[in-house]
Amino acid sequence: MSEQVGKSLWHADAAEVFIADEPRTDWHDETLWFVRSKRDKASMQVPEWEELRELASGIKDHSLSNLDNYLKEFEEKATANGITVHWAIDAAEHNEIILGILNRHGFNKMVKSKSMLTEECHLNAFLEENGIDVVDTDLGERIVQFRQETPSHIVLPAIHLKKQDVSDTFHEHLGTEKGNNDPQYLTEAARGHLRGKFISSPLAITGVNFAIAETGGFVVCTNEGNADMGAHAASVHIACMGVEKIIPKAKDLAVFLRLLARSATGQPITTYSSHFHKPRKGQEMHVVIVDNGRSRQLGRPDFRNSLKCIRCAACFNTCPVYRRSGGHSYHTAVAGPIGSILNPNLDMKANADLPFASTLCGSCSNVCPVKIDIHQQLWKWRQVLAEEGYVAPSKKVAMKGMAFLLSNPRLYRIAGRIGRSMMRAFPGLMNNRKMNPWYKQREMPEAPAQSFRDWFKENKT
Amino acid sequence: MKIGLFIPCYVDQFFPDVAKATYELLTKLGCEVDYPLGQTCCGQPMANSGFASLSKGCDANFISCFKHVDYVVAPSGSCVLHLKEHLHGSDEKAATHIREHIYELTEFLTDVLKVGSLPASFPHRVGMHVSCHGQRGLHLSSMTELRLPEFSKPMQLLNLVKGIEVMYPERKDECCGFGGTFCVFEEAVSVKMGKDRIKEHAVNEVEYITGVDVSCLMHLEGILKRNGSKVKTIHIAEILNHEVKQRV
Repeated sequence: MSEQVGKSLWHADAAEVFIADEPRTDWHDETLWFVRSKRDKASMQVPEWEELRELASGIKDHSLSNLDNYLKEFEEKATANGITVHWAIDAAEHNEIILGILNRHGFNKMVKSKSMLTEECHLNAFLEENGIDVVDTDLGERIVQFRQETPSHIVLPAIHLKKQDVSDTFHEHLGTEKGNNDPQYLTEAARGHLRGKFISSPLAITGVNFAIAETGGFVVCTNEGNADMGAHAASVHIACMGVEKIIPKAKDLAVFLRLLARSATGQPITTYSSHFHKPRKGQEMHVVIVDNGRSRQLGRPDFRNSLKCIRCAACFNTCPVYRRSGGHSYHTAVAGPIGSILNPNLDMKANADLPFASTLCGSCSNVCPVKIDIHQQLWKWRQVLAEEGYVAPSKKVAMKGMAFLLSNPRLYRIAGRIGRSMMRAFPGLMNNRKMNPWYKQREMPEAPAQSFRDWFKENKT
Repeated sequence: MKIGLFIPCYVDQFFPDVAKATYELLTKLGCEVDYPLGQTCCGQPMANSGFASLSKGCDANFISCFKHVDYVVAPSGSCVLHLKEHLHGSDEKAATHIREHIYELTEFLTDVLKVGSLPASFPHRVGMHVSCHGQRGLHLSSMTELRLPEFSKPMQLLNLVKGIEVMYPERKDECCGFGGTFCVFEEAVSVKMGKDRIKEHAVNEVEYITGVDVSCLMHLEGILKRNGSKVKTIHIAEILNHEVKQRV
């Protein structure tokens, strides 16, 4: 893949760097496997789990098929409730809308709870360039923000870091004791620090987990209560959502809230599932509804149902590749298997490596609470990327040669015979760690003198 | 009932013993086995790399080799899954017949032949590697992610083998990291995944690791050999076909 030139390292190369620290890779893998196991236990306690998934998938399919109507209904109801609804065609427009609100009030600081959409839109960088002090209030996000990193996981943003990393970061930014790795102590320090930010911030941004067309309200799920603290203390609350967050009715929440936290962390429900319907007296409430490529994805029949995603990250936790390569190796806001089918839609060239960062084992599709056929879409994206010319030319040449050989039985047999006898006579040809990636850490299979076909012809015909 | 034996290209070239065991086992169970001599590959290496469009020649060759048989059987879950999902051609009627009548070896034994006993003996401790495409694609066994009743077609057959002790690794159905061309294009992750599978089998002190896909086993064998391990890999067909010779 190294022939493909991009701004950041391709997945395979970044993963190699990650894996070079094997104990840390093991720790990362085991930590996330533990979360996957908790998800298994939680799902096993719900007898109708598979039916719930089917139901959730159906509701999302229905919502996507009627997206225009439900969005209009949501806008109407939300507006009637006193919420100002904004529409953003892309990331730039989304960011401008938010800056506009800040500027109109003359605010130069704000707090923000977790919103992967704002990560996707690179809102923080944009606001900071415009002189706004942005404080992420989710603990994990605050940690990575201090470190000038991006979240490596959509639910557990700092999962790539260990206690001592957090301790060092807090020592530098919050003045905690050097070398004190006690999670309780560190969390207390963050809590104290963030309380000050909540109280003094005039504006709060939250994400949206579910927007309900029927009521014009929306639900935000957090475990830390940081979305609520931000929104309740601020005089202006802006909630940012992708168009796909819409669900038809409030009763649909009964399906999604049961699935979300169980799939994400193995909890029966998130600690806070906060329902916002209208601004409180004296408060201003905005919802920014963002497309940013989603309608394009909706128009791709093979990939449209990726928009059913409720961002639980179960596919991250189960993915054997993600667990061993870390979120940053995906070089996008949303990493993991779901990111690998969403990001090529945003930028095919920059994300051409991602659908190949999978063994197509299919575990992601099995854990997905809304039954997205993730591994099938990974396969389909590979076809699209090859078709559009985003696969390395050397790979294409190799595949053409292979296809030619394997379409011609005589040639295949001759090549097989020559190949095997070369391997037997000159093992050094293949046993080259620089030229042959297989051989770097694996022995080649032994080349037998006789193929099965030769044996069969000799003995059975 | 005429069975067409499909031996995937790399098994033909590098693992003829697996093919022989498959052929012998099917013959032993009374099947009329035809091995079409013009066969090559299922086309998966191209398709999984994004070049399904280049596998048309492979598909045509496959169809011409196997259109005359009642069932196609292969000792590989992965190749069978690929053909089941993607085999098409100008003779679409023949292609459809093949897609609907192609079986991975163990599912053919349990579902079509309904094998209830085997003259096999393998007095060893064996680790079971659950290959993803056979499991999640062909549903050869239940999956840890889903809340569905437990079953395993390969285990059902191994339970008929005398003397064998089969152990699962702690993570029962995690991928080994082979993944077709993934094994070279994502070499670091691929090998790390394989090493982690092996570590869990080693805890169980197994002598062999078995499975329904030679590709997974080839990958694991490469790592085992490089690290000087005593653990060997063996395809499930070789175990099911294994008879201990009577000592006089």
